[in-house]
Amino acid sequence: MTKKPDAVVVAGVGMMPVGEHWDLSLRQLALEAISAARLDSGGLRPQALYVANMLSPALSGQSHLGPLLADFAGMRGVEASTIEASGASGGVAVRQAYLALMSGAIDVALVLGVEKVTDKGSSQVQAALATATDAEYEAVQGVTPSTQAALLMQRYFYEYGPPEDSLAGFSITAHLNAVTNPDAMFRKAIRREQYASAPIVSEPLNTFDVAPLADGAAALVLARAAALPDGQEYPQVEIVGSATATSALALHDRPDPLDLTAAAQSAQTALMQAELSPEDIGLFELHDSFSIFAALSLEAAGFAERGKGWKLAQNGDISLTGHIPIGTFGGSKARGDPGGATGIYQLVEASRQLQGRANENQVPDAATAMTQCLGGSGATASTHILRRVT
Amino acid sequence: METSQHWRLRKQRYALVGEVCPHCESKIFPPRDICPDCGEDAREMYQFSGRGEVYSHTTVYQAPSGHAENVPYPVAIVRLEEGPLVTAQLTDVGDQPIEIGTPVEMVTRKLGADGERGMLVYGYKFRPALVER
Ligand SMILES: [Zn+2]
Repeated sequence: MTKKPDAVVVAGVGMMPVGEHWDLSLRQLALEAISAARLDSGGLRPQALYVANMLSPALSGQSHLGPLLADFAGMRGVEASTIEASGASGGVAVRQAYLALMSGAIDVALVLGVEKVTDKGSSQVQAALATATDAEYEAVQGVTPSTQAALLMQRYFYEYGPPEDSLAGFSITAHLNAVTNPDAMFRKAIRREQYASAPIVSEPLNTFDVAPLADGAAALVLARAAALPDGQEYPQVEIVGSATATSALALHDRPDPLDLTAAAQSAQTALMQAELSPEDIGLFELHDSFSIFAALSLEAAGFAERGKGWKLAQNGDISLTGHIPIGTFGGSKARGDPGGATGIYQLVEASRQLQGRANENQVPDAATAMTQCLGGSGATASTHILRRVT
Repeated sequence: METSQHWRLRKQRYALVGEVCPHCESKIFPPRDICPDCGEDAREMYQFSGRGEVYSHTTVYQAPSGHAENVPYPVAIVRLEEGPLVTAQLTDVGDQPIEIGTPVEMVTRKLGADGERGMLVYGYKFRPALVER
């Protein structure tokens, strides 16, 4: 394949393990990821910084992260701003950087996802998360994202009647993939019996259906291909599809809550841009903050028929050697859930796969990857398609 | 939310007042002034009956601040008999098993405390229907 000078490529990636970083503040976490990505890019100088974050104003009392982090990371003066789209912040930030690069306005962009959640207690975190639901009609009723996921899961089981532990495979696969990921939060395989006996979070949702929200930071240096110096160490990864779509914030405002229309729409648009169909996708980093979203996302993106997404978790289809591997480094479930930074982790991990530097987690012959992150219960969905070029 | 925010919502929250679309007859709750079905203006007020059935349900054990003292509490999405879905807590459930399809009716109850001053917020909840229909 020939290089296109105006293509947008991944020039560098960096990330911190997701976890409880008691010794690091939000800005220190951010700096670690930024430094790693810039080093990986061979020292490219970003002309703009896009910060993806959802909880800093509520949990750290800090907004206006753009200039704060640009300054702290030694880039004082560059254009910098924050993108907030709940759990989809990362994908939407990549989309904004992609548009700026495609327009030719800039040649190099830095996209950072950062989240600092462990400084606050559970009820404060739940309240902060609940602000991503409809405040006047959901949060006021005591609804949180876990509640939304439980309501969807209950209805899913009612409409399609899969076996009681049909979503267990998502959690089991995620944990298995995390065993060989040194950066993962939970590096321990789990058994089906453990899933079946796990404590209930919100019926029918149990603790293994829920990804652990923790601190994290990941960064990407994106560039126009023409701006890259020659002699790159790794195969080039190009963004060949980028799309964001929205739906109603509240579950009750959607004609069919089990139909993640924003996820479907953004996936279709991104696939169309890439001139690909779901069968061409080598791996799918999807949004598994709750296991039900893994099933619904597989259905929305066209990898399974409606009501049959759970079947892909039964017989290895989603494993590293299956026909559509997901959460290849453990996903949010086992790598850890970095909130609004999720989309950046997904692109970092997908890039590593396509560059052949996924080590023990390598998906054999991965040439194309899809990433998709969801905000709220799918009110925002941002999809990207990456392809290995050289 | 502050007092004025809750005050603005009093009609829908205490009396389940929504809207009806003058163009396509769609009943709309919560009110949103633009019909989600046909995209036209829809500002005509409409009084919902408060009757419906459970579309989905769960129980909250890990509550956000303001609701912590009420755990565990049941939450449902209710399909109102006029068509729209609405998210609400269930109340007065007792020993009655809640299932998808269980008939419910609207009542007004305390929803929780809001803000730093802990202002009490009242609004609709749903309970199992007392009269068989
Ligand atoms: Zn209408």
